[in-house]
Amino acid sequence: MSALVTVENLTRVFDVSKPWLNRVIEGHPKLFLTAVDDVSFSIPKGKTFALVGESGSGKSTIAKMIVGLVRPTSGRIAFDGTDMAGIGTDAASRRLRSRFQMIFQDPYASLNPRMRVGDIIAEPLRTFGLETDRAAVSARVSELLRLVKLDPRDSVKFPHEFSGGQRQRIAIARALAGRPEFIVCDEPTSALDVSVQAQILNLMRDLQEEFGLTYLFISHNLAVVRHMASEVGVLYLGRLVETAPTRQLFAAPSHPYTRMLLESVPDIGMTGRARMPPSGEIPNPINPPAGCHYHPRCPLVREECRRQRPPVVTVGADRVMCFAAGEPR
Amino acid sequence: MSEALLKVQDLVVEFETRRGPLRAVDRVSFDLKPGEVLGLVGESGAGKSLTGAAIIGLLEPPGHIAGGSVSLKGERIDNIPREAMRKVRGKRIGMVFQDPLTSLNPLYTVGEQLTETIRTHLPLNQAEARQRAVDLLVEVGIPAAEKRLESYPHEFSGGMRQRVVIALALAAEPEVVIADEPTTALDVSVQAQIIAVLKRLCAEKGTAVILVTHDMGVIAETADRVAVMYAGRIVEIGPVRDVIKTPIHPYTRGLMGSIPDPSGEAERLLQIPGAMPRLNAIPAGCAFNPRCAFAEDICRAERPQMRRIGASDVACHLAETFVRPA
Amino acid sequence: MTDSPLPRKPGLGERWAAFWDSDIAWSFRHSPLAIIAALVVAIIFVAAIFGPWFAPQNPFDPSSLNLMDGKTPPMTPNAFTGTRFLFGTDDQGRDVFSTILYGSRVSILVGFAAVALAMGIGVTLGLIAGYRGGWVESFIMRVADIQLTFPSILVALMIFGIFKGFFPAGSQNDLAVPVLIIAIGLSDWPQYARTVRGVTMVERSKDYVSAARIIGQHPARIMARHVLPNVLGPVLVIATLGLALAIIAEATLSYLGVGVPPTQPSLGTLIKIGQEYVASGEWWILLFPSLTLLALALSVNILGDWLRDALNPRLR
Repeated sequence: MSALVTVENLTRVFDVSKPWLNRVIEGHPKLFLTAVDDVSFSIPKGKTFALVGESGSGKSTIAKMIVGLVRPTSGRIAFDGTDMAGIGTDAASRRLRSRFQMIFQDPYASLNPRMRVGDIIAEPLRTFGLETDRAAVSARVSELLRLVKLDPRDSVKFPHEFSGGQRQRIAIARALAGRPEFIVCDEPTSALDVSVQAQILNLMRDLQEEFGLTYLFISHNLAVVRHMASEVGVLYLGRLVETAPTRQLFAAPSHPYTRMLLESVPDIGMTGRARMPPSGEIPNPINPPAGCHYHPRCPLVREECRRQRPPVVTVGADRVMCFAAGEPR
Repeated sequence: MSEALLKVQDLVVEFETRRGPLRAVDRVSFDLKPGEVLGLVGESGAGKSLTGAAIIGLLEPPGHIAGGSVSLKGERIDNIPREAMRKVRGKRIGMVFQDPLTSLNPLYTVGEQLTETIRTHLPLNQAEARQRAVDLLVEVGIPAAEKRLESYPHEFSGGMRQRVVIALALAAEPEVVIADEPTTALDVSVQAQIIAVLKRLCAEKGTAVILVTHDMGVIAETADRVAVMYAGRIVEIGPVRDVIKTPIHPYTRGLMGSIPDPSGEAERLLQIPGAMPRLNAIPAGCAFNPRCAFAEDICRAERPQMRRIGASDVACHLAETFVRPA
Repeated sequence: MTDSPLPRKPGLGERWAAFWDSDIAWSFRHSPLAIIAALVVAIIFVAAIFGPWFAPQNPFDPSSLNLMDGKTPPMTPNAFTGTRFLFGTDDQGRDVFSTILYGSRVSILVGFAAVALAMGIGVTLGLIAGYRGGWVESFIMRVADIQLTFPSILVALMIFGIFKGFFPAGSQNDLAVPVLIIAIGLSDWPQYARTVRGVTMVERSKDYVSAARIIGQHPARIMARHVLPNVLGPVLVIATLGLALAIIAEATLSYLGVGVPPTQPSLGTLIKIGQEYVASGEWWILLFPSLTLLALALSVNILGDWLRDALNPRLR
């Protein structure tokens, strides 16, 4: 199976220093935050790759780099073999841009409140020059609205007339307008209620099947990830600590952090399994612990973890960044 | 049967708007027993947070209690003067909010805020109050408690801050704590820690808790009983195990079915069609009837009353037909 | 299922009904002060715009003036001609009511044009600063800050002085109104720029802007199509409050003698003329233009205040 999206050694460093004058007067050094630290993965065509992580893990920054909203500091993103570096607004870039799209977390901020729904959905059609004829645009908008189970008559309304779930459907219709192959979904349901979340997740799966879409699915909710993804990458403070097929990751997680994350999911099945609340907190990402970032919270910590960045070890289909990986426990 | 500590009866909360009153909480009744954790669960707009705010007298105008009563140990607290309510709040009913930053004053150290709260409600001198503040911080699991007393709220991480808020809520040893989405703003791993702290402390001190949340997982972990709210009404209330494992009301069943199960992979999630009605368009009869697959004529005509089914109370005309014969 | 009818944008009637039912219209209907202010503004505007058609005389056409009518008190028959004047006359026999109608025209024209100019410059620079960030933003905002440290009337005086130096004395009277507009407009833009920059920074961080960036829209198009419509609310409030200030600024400049000439007077010029006669007992020459200016500026200001509150969801 060929990879549609390949990310190699992606790194992004943000300058979070105070303004120049403050630094000079107060004598503060420059401060850098490594939001994404040497991350590599690839997404096969038609599959869903999920990135899981807590706050400060860099998952949203990766999403923004892939769609070109944030420039990588180093590393390479390739879309169907084409390097995404230097993508602009020229005609060739537009053709490339029409092949990927993004769905955002907050459906209240992702739709322009001053535009009618029909115009919002038609934006990609007009920008990519896919439909120029008025009637054709309006026909395509109606078709898209029907696709996301909304009424074509909704196209003359404004976003504020819709509920959160309906807005997310509008955002999905807009994402589908340019017939993309790949959609980055940044926490698409975390602002929604569970019953609405179910509607949106089902819709996304149906659309994936119908159009053969490839998803990068970003979430902090492990249950949702398990439901949607074929492969999962776990991020901790900018590093991809484990990548594994979903089934394997949930059945036999290798990295101690992954295990802790799974452990902290509330037991909704009420199986009565005893839970150890996780220890410690996420450190400040500006000044993360040396060596393996997870070592201060890790039950398996050893001397080398404190000094050295662990190598990525392959255990079956599982890639783990841990010194203890593959050892029997 | 033990005496109810807190009794909420036919509570109605309304908002005055220019188009007339909107009813956000509609005849909600429940009891809270001493030491019990009651989950109040529902989706956004269900009225769960407003119910909590109404109980502690913190409704933001134009919202107000338009009917019913709230009694603490047999005394009404819904219609007492502001000043008297202020004494109840903090002393007898503590609060934990979703965003710990809004419940802490950024200008005072955590120690100052804790000792002030303690001395307002308990007859202790400064030194005793300070010692009690340290004890509280230790209890909620803040390392180096003595030193952290001098810290300001912004110097704590989100999880630590929420621990401080819990310490503050428990400072005067209240009989009831109302926790409104206490873990929603936190990371998953920190959530589990906070739930554990809240649960342990309330069990140790025999404090009853009303846990307001949209997260069924948190409810399953923490609550003894759970009340499910929909469009301002309680549709089902019962022991947590019954409500989660064998829900009766079609809404509760839909809600449970729509949650992705972290321990299994369902091909397709159960979904309830439509969305919760807006407050100005709550349907007649059972508020859930337009989304309900089983709705009959009576559901559209008459609001269902609560009835006892097994260990739960359910507001559904057809409740009996949904229970499998044992 | 039958196919749903083709989407149709709502007609004028429906839009009016929707507007009438909107929170803004409701707030207006329930704010007596705003209604009165709007009425006053409307009356003065209509009077100023259509003034030449119903003014009793053209006060700036010497042939229609009769020096014998000079200094007639309001509503009193003139001692020589027996003519009555609503607001009296000035020393040259000009009907004060007519001069106010003509003067308001100049004041309102200068006010609107100056606000439009300030808004155009301020909104454009504010959008660029807020959207681009970096050194462009720093540069624009520092210039705005520096200008804000001077009172705007002083800036207008300076600009006015510079213009005067460039043009020959003969053409100065003809150019007085455009120069006044430029002087006031240039002195007021930083307010718009600051507000627009702030709102733009908030809006550009929202995901609807990201969505437009992802499909490769040009920044200029994003600013015009997505950001601009969302910053217009606050701009409208500043513009309304700014209109009152611009009218006052024009009056002040004209009063100081650097504005429009007496042959083409504005309310400010009329007040300047009038104050020369207060001491000698002809109070009406000063009073009526002043009252008009007060009513106009105050009403516009009240409307601006109301608009600010009505558009601020937190106060509702």
